[in-house]
Amino acid sequence: MWKTARIGGLGALALILVLAPLGFPNAYFYDIAVKALFNAVVCIGLNLLIGYGGQISLGHAGFFALGAYGSAILTVTYKLPALPAMLLSALGVGVLAYLIGRPILRLKGHYLAMATLGIGIIIHIVLKTESGLTGGPDGMGVDPFSVMGFTMMGDRMWYWAAAALLVLAVWLSLNLIDSPVGRALRAVHGSEVGAEVVGVDTSSYKVMVFVVSAVFASLIGSLFAHKDGFITPDIGSFFRSVEFVVMVVLGGMASTFGSVVGAIILTLLPQVLTVVEDYEAMVFGGIMMGTMIFLPKGLLPSLVAGLRKRGGAAQ
Amino acid sequence: MRSLAKWGVAACAVVAAGVFAGAAQAADTIKIGTFLSVTGPASFLGEPEKKTLEMYVERLNKDGGVKGRKVELVHYDDGGAPDKAATFAKRLIQNDNVDIIIGGTTTGTSMAAIKVVEPAGVPFISLAGGIDIVDPVKKWVFKTPHTDRMAAEKVFLDMKKRGLTKIAMISEDAGFGKSGHDQSLKVAGIYGIQIVADEVYSPKDPDVTAQLTKIKNAAGVQAVFNFGFGQGPAIVTKNYKQLGMSLPFYQSHGVASKDFIKLAGEASEGIRLPAAGLVVADQLAATDPQKPVVTAFKKEYEAAFKSDVSTFAGHAYDGLQIALAAILRAGSTDKEKVRSEIEKTSGYVGTGGLVSMSPEDHMGLSLSAFRMVEVRKGDWVLVD
Amino acid sequence: MFAELLQYLFAGLTSGAIYALAGLGFAIIYNSSHVINFAQGEFIMIGGMSTAMMVAAGVPLPVASLLAVLVTMLVGVALEKFAIEPARNADVTTIIIITIGASIFLRGLAQIVWDKEFHSLPAFSGETPLNVGGATLMPQSIWVVGVAVVVIVALWWFFNRTLFGKAMLATSFNRLAAQLMGIGVKKVLMVSFALSALLGAVGGIVVTPITFTNYEAGIMLGLKGFSAAVLGGLGNGMGAIVGGLAVGIAEALASGYLSSAYKDAVAFVIILFVLFFLPNGLFGKKGTDRV
Repeated sequence: MWKTARIGGLGALALILVLAPLGFPNAYFYDIAVKALFNAVVCIGLNLLIGYGGQISLGHAGFFALGAYGSAILTVTYKLPALPAMLLSALGVGVLAYLIGRPILRLKGHYLAMATLGIGIIIHIVLKTESGLTGGPDGMGVDPFSVMGFTMMGDRMWYWAAAALLVLAVWLSLNLIDSPVGRALRAVHGSEVGAEVVGVDTSSYKVMVFVVSAVFASLIGSLFAHKDGFITPDIGSFFRSVEFVVMVVLGGMASTFGSVVGAIILTLLPQVLTVVEDYEAMVFGGIMMGTMIFLPKGLLPSLVAGLRKRGGAAQ
Repeated sequence: MRSLAKWGVAACAVVAAGVFAGAAQAADTIKIGTFLSVTGPASFLGEPEKKTLEMYVERLNKDGGVKGRKVELVHYDDGGAPDKAATFAKRLIQNDNVDIIIGGTTTGTSMAAIKVVEPAGVPFISLAGGIDIVDPVKKWVFKTPHTDRMAAEKVFLDMKKRGLTKIAMISEDAGFGKSGHDQSLKVAGIYGIQIVADEVYSPKDPDVTAQLTKIKNAAGVQAVFNFGFGQGPAIVTKNYKQLGMSLPFYQSHGVASKDFIKLAGEASEGIRLPAAGLVVADQLAATDPQKPVVTAFKKEYEAAFKSDVSTFAGHAYDGLQIALAAILRAGSTDKEKVRSEIEKTSGYVGTGGLVSMSPEDHMGLSLSAFRMVEVRKGDWVLVD
Repeated sequence: MFAELLQYLFAGLTSGAIYALAGLGFAIIYNSSHVINFAQGEFIMIGGMSTAMMVAAGVPLPVASLLAVLVTMLVGVALEKFAIEPARNADVTTIIIITIGASIFLRGLAQIVWDKEFHSLPAFSGETPLNVGGATLMPQSIWVVGVAVVVIVALWWFFNRTLFGKAMLATSFNRLAAQLMGIGVKKVLMVSFALSALLGAVGGIVVTPITFTNYEAGIMLGLKGFSAAVLGGLGNGMGAIVGGLAVGIAEALASGYLSSAYKDAVAFVIILFVLFFLPNGLFGKKGTDRV
């Protein structure tokens, strides 16, 4: 039952991703779509931590930025090929997340939020200050992504790569959730003490998802750097971290597809809201509040529950 | 899972509705695209820029447009975020099919947009200060404000004249201040200036007396130079006075607006900074070619918005004038023709100074475009 | 040498008192509802901005301040009534997102109602710096510290000596039990928002002559206030004050003796270290987990 639903979901997602470009009249639409899909992958990783692990992180943009700058510096300054640079950056971020994850994941709730926020801000400050390496607040240019003579050019090519990546990420996430690890995580979320009592090594599971989510962010950060061709420390700011969390929560915590929906909607929203001009911030904030007040479980889970209810009533 | 499909369709429809609204337009209007930081940390720069563009485009249309063609302004707010600026640049080019782009309030947003503008081949006039925008020269990219390097040179020139050779720098750690700081270090040697203390602050720091105390106690400092914009320099100035520091104090062109004097109050007395002729419009010599331009702009802006004119508004005004003149000369909106006409801009007298561009110089301002001004009795006074 | 250190401490005291005032607002709301209100910084901004705008329009400072406090409290109550109360039983993360949404909304509102310029207020007792042991301090900084002290004393009195204050404290320990004892939990929640809005507004007014204000001023203050409140131990008023001062002084000393570029980073590293050893902050209570 669970297996078929999973395959069905993946199939539907793949189908939407294949059909969506039919509605894209120009490269700008592809560009926005790529950004939405990139964010979706980061959010899938973050959702493992927030939705399933029950641990908040207000510093994930820091890992995203480290991935981006890692790739940028290794390829531009040290002339490394893009793929090893990306993997090396992700490895570095993974190790960093492991090292800081162990002590800080002992913290709970708002204290953990503070600690992750602090780490994100420290990363941001380092990127801003070490201008010899990073170009400082005004940013640095990055070369296009190329593997063995093949160069990723244009928004269309990036779209298909991002779409493939998203399907892969969703598949990985669904499998992880369905594995013993996932069950242990849900136990941690439900009651950490309870989980410990029945013999779950909660801290190592928490650290594991923290590392996985950081690596997701780093990999996407690397790709983002190559795609946009120009990065500034701004991509690692506190606001971006908050943005990722909002995407996850708005879409629906503990729902992989919910994270995808949340990421896509919040990436598109600012583009749509340009029509309200000066009222953009008000409308945006209002939508955020309204969604969380009326659909506290997030968009997708509430929607699914609503449909079920209606279906049930009809029968 | 049908729900997911529905969502996807709905999302596409919403975006399409929002975006197509701008796409269908009469073919013979001239479309000027602009992305500015109307919100975010640089909003007090982006806001006057946007207001200026809107006002002059509206006025132009009332007067019959450019050779009978109406001008349409398409504006997006990038919030000061470079990656958003890049996306909006793409939107302007791909989706709104603009003929030319004027915008980019900060160096970061301009640099990000360049990555989009250059391959697409659309003329782009940036309103930001960083020298990286036009050095090295990029085929499609121009800018109207003076560079941060010129500001540093102007300040160092003045210091040299006054015999000040050992100075302390204090700069903001955000884009404008950081880039200005780096350029200052680069050119200091040329003017025989030695930087003996070097401190930074964040734009929103409530107090910078700690940094200033360090400077105060550094041996041999003869003058202090602050690079930054917004409320930061006003706080630095107040703290400077609080500590009783009396060394000559220089600011950058980033504070060349009346608001700075208002915020810093009495503490701003005696501060020197390089600024465009616009801020001292009334004091320019009657023979100064800039005089009529800047007095007229100042009057029009202040009448329309009931607030003091700033040099940032002037950058937008200059950008628009240069663009329109180039389109007139080109006789069409053919992008390559307009680009090469912008490059040929020669002897244009703007709010920023005399602009003469060339294939090697996509800004066209010389050091003489900067005036050294000093704050005296709450107002700017021309000192050279 | 000593004068230098003293000056750094004064610098830290000025910033620290500002952060402490911001942190107190977090503490009050957390105390009665376990909600972290990320729109606290916006209360400070609204207090400062509305006062500055009214003074600029010719309203005398005391009247303007009073009106500004009322306006801010109204905003606080509205936020509680229309955004927090309907979602009272939602997840902590959900409520965090609501308050973040509220802060974006309020900033958007402020930029339309007012403008995007920076505004200032005249210092309450002039701008002649006080000389102490070779270092200088602005009278306005003393106002900020003084207001923080008055506020903490008043809060202590309110929570420990008044019936309603005690009821609020009781609610923070156990909401259900409090409700069973006949305490109006809804009312407590609303008063806590009104109180922290009042505090934010007062903070915004005394701080504006030093830091100026604009529609985005609340972002930094909110962030530093949150840091102060967490460092001190959530829900502990004294902790928020100590936390704020510690952050401010750490920043000033770091820019004096280490590097001004890394002063903010130094402050956060200190916070992280404290949390490693004291996971509930300096004065936080050890919470018990429900199983």
